[in-house]
Amino acid sequence: MSTLEIKDLKVQVNTEDGPKEILKGVTLTIKDGETHAIMGPNGSGKSTLAYSIAGHPRYEITGGTVTLDGEDVLEMSVDERARAGLFLAMQYPVEVPGVSVANFLRTAKTAIDGEAPKLRTWVKDVNGVMERMNLDASFSQRSVNEGFSGGEKKRHEIAQLDLLDPKVAILDETDSGLDIDALKVVSDGVNRFRERDGKGVLLITHYTRILRYITPDYVHVFVDGRVADEGGPELAEELEANGYEKYLGTTV
Amino acid sequence: MSAVAEALEMERVESHLHPEGSFVVDEHPVPTGREEVWRFTPLKRLRGVHQDAPLDGESFKVEVDLAPGVTATSVAAADSRRGLSGLVPLDRISARAWEASSSVFEVDIPEDAVIEGASTIRVAGTGTDDATAAHLLVRAGRFSRATVVVLYSGSATWAENIEVVVEDGAELTFVTVQDWADDAVHLVSQHARVGRDATLKHVAITFGGNVVRSDTSAEYAGPGGSVEMLGLYFADAGQHIEHRLFVDHNAPKTKSNVVYKGALQGEKAHTVWIGNVLIRKVAEGIDTYEENRNLVLTDGCRADSVPNLEIETGEIAGAGHASATARFDDEHLFYLRSRGISEKEAQRLVVHGFFNDLIRRINVPELEEKLTTTVEAELAKNVLKELV
Repeated sequence: MSTLEIKDLKVQVNTEDGPKEILKGVTLTIKDGETHAIMGPNGSGKSTLAYSIAGHPRYEITGGTVTLDGEDVLEMSVDERARAGLFLAMQYPVEVPGVSVANFLRTAKTAIDGEAPKLRTWVKDVNGVMERMNLDASFSQRSVNEGFSGGEKKRHEIAQLDLLDPKVAILDETDSGLDIDALKVVSDGVNRFRERDGKGVLLITHYTRILRYITPDYVHVFVDGRVADEGGPELAEELEANGYEKYLGTTV
Repeated sequence: MSAVAEALEMERVESHLHPEGSFVVDEHPVPTGREEVWRFTPLKRLRGVHQDAPLDGESFKVEVDLAPGVTATSVAAADSRRGLSGLVPLDRISARAWEASSSVFEVDIPEDAVIEGASTIRVAGTGTDDATAAHLLVRAGRFSRATVVVLYSGSATWAENIEVVVEDGAELTFVTVQDWADDAVHLVSQHARVGRDATLKHVAITFGGNVVRSDTSAEYAGPGGSVEMLGLYFADAGQHIEHRLFVDHNAPKTKSNVVYKGALQGEKAHTVWIGNVLIRKVAEGIDTYEENRNLVLTDGCRADSVPNLEIETGEIAGAGHASATARFDDEHLFYLRSRGISEKEAQRLVVHGFFNDLIRRINVPELEEKLTTTVEAELAKNVLKELV
């Protein structure tokens, strides 16, 4: 059971010209087992939504609520949110020098589960995931994201999704910068996660390409910090054909 | 030596990077703290060693654990080979230590000897009431390969000269670990001479001590020599840790690479890093890079970091430096925390990560565990206080 409920969420960031409102009241509910795609032009606030839910300090919540199975997410610290079952696959994963992937994954798994994973099964699990994500066995010994190619960074994010097994995954433009082979590997990883019981996915993307591999239950069109349109997977096809012009016209 | 100097057409270079030395104590005036080279050092805490405090103390013990093939002998100063590296005291403390040292501790690695495992010299101070003068000379014979570690611990007021001679084709790893008690004062001048095609890895690890000031210089006795200087330090409240480095590229096709990393925590923790490099006219085709990074863990700390590069020829392979002093990177912490890792645990990972690649480069297996656990123990004092 997992429901992520976002109600009338308003978010601002501080810029040189003072605070700027980015999200102007976003309402969205992701129920058990559902996959929602959020599409929209650059600057519409898609990534802001992702980072606000994850608790990045740059984003200031000025109104609304976010709950996960009724628990107030906005009251939680960044790590509490992750332990409550939220996961954010980042568009630009951060390099952490000197911290090995192996050490990082084990520390994260221990934190999420509240106990260290059993060594034998854990090594098997990690190796299995690395293989499925088409990442070399030596990958575990490298520093987190340091010197990774764009594709490796994204595959490493999805490897974490697999291992950490959250309730709800937010994927922020996981498809951007991927060639078609890497896109398939990443999509397969996300689909394997979706096959598990009751997992929610919020898939943020600029392009419809990834939706050929991951079929969403709902599509939301984001424009200027609001949901401008909603529909089923057919809405993505329409966007592919006609672009965002229709929505941009109405908001100017 | 003069033949080499002539062949290299070595010239005097007027530069504050390269002051004239002297063995005569009185030719070094008592520093006032206004001099460029003394402006960071808390002279009042030096217990008069920079003035005229006697240096005849004997409050220490030395233990030696040598790998087979390495010898270590205490030799009367008059009979010793001191000066072999070309060390000439550049300041009053060094000159006083030279004058006061009645013996020289000579560590010798014979020619062609390839020695597995580290040879360790443990210096344990047993009191700060009297100040001690010491002189250490490490010679790595032609084409030898060895690792020598000097571990300092306990309480002491220690004025010292260290000479390192790496003969042609030899490979020496020389490590000092200053794991002193909180009340120790250690003032040391080190000079290394690196032979033709020889390699010196010079490692300075500083955790303890009230004041530690280390002046380290290196020069080359021929082309093709390579010097790596690695430093790791952790300054706590009230500690002053100062590393002053000088690489004198006085021969062509030589290399130097300097990486010093430090962490600071607690009120009035102060670190100083001076990285001087001189590329002489004769030093064509050399390659040098120096880097200092400081991680500031709490309020109230101060890190001074000054790289200097003086270039007299443009015909070089490379020359550069970098210096950065910063607090925790919020993006690092956010990424780790977004995976459920608590803030403290994330900070711990980042600090270990900060030092890890350096520890890997130091690559002395006998020390690795000690370094990691000491970093952990240092972290426990502040960053991890609530975790343990």
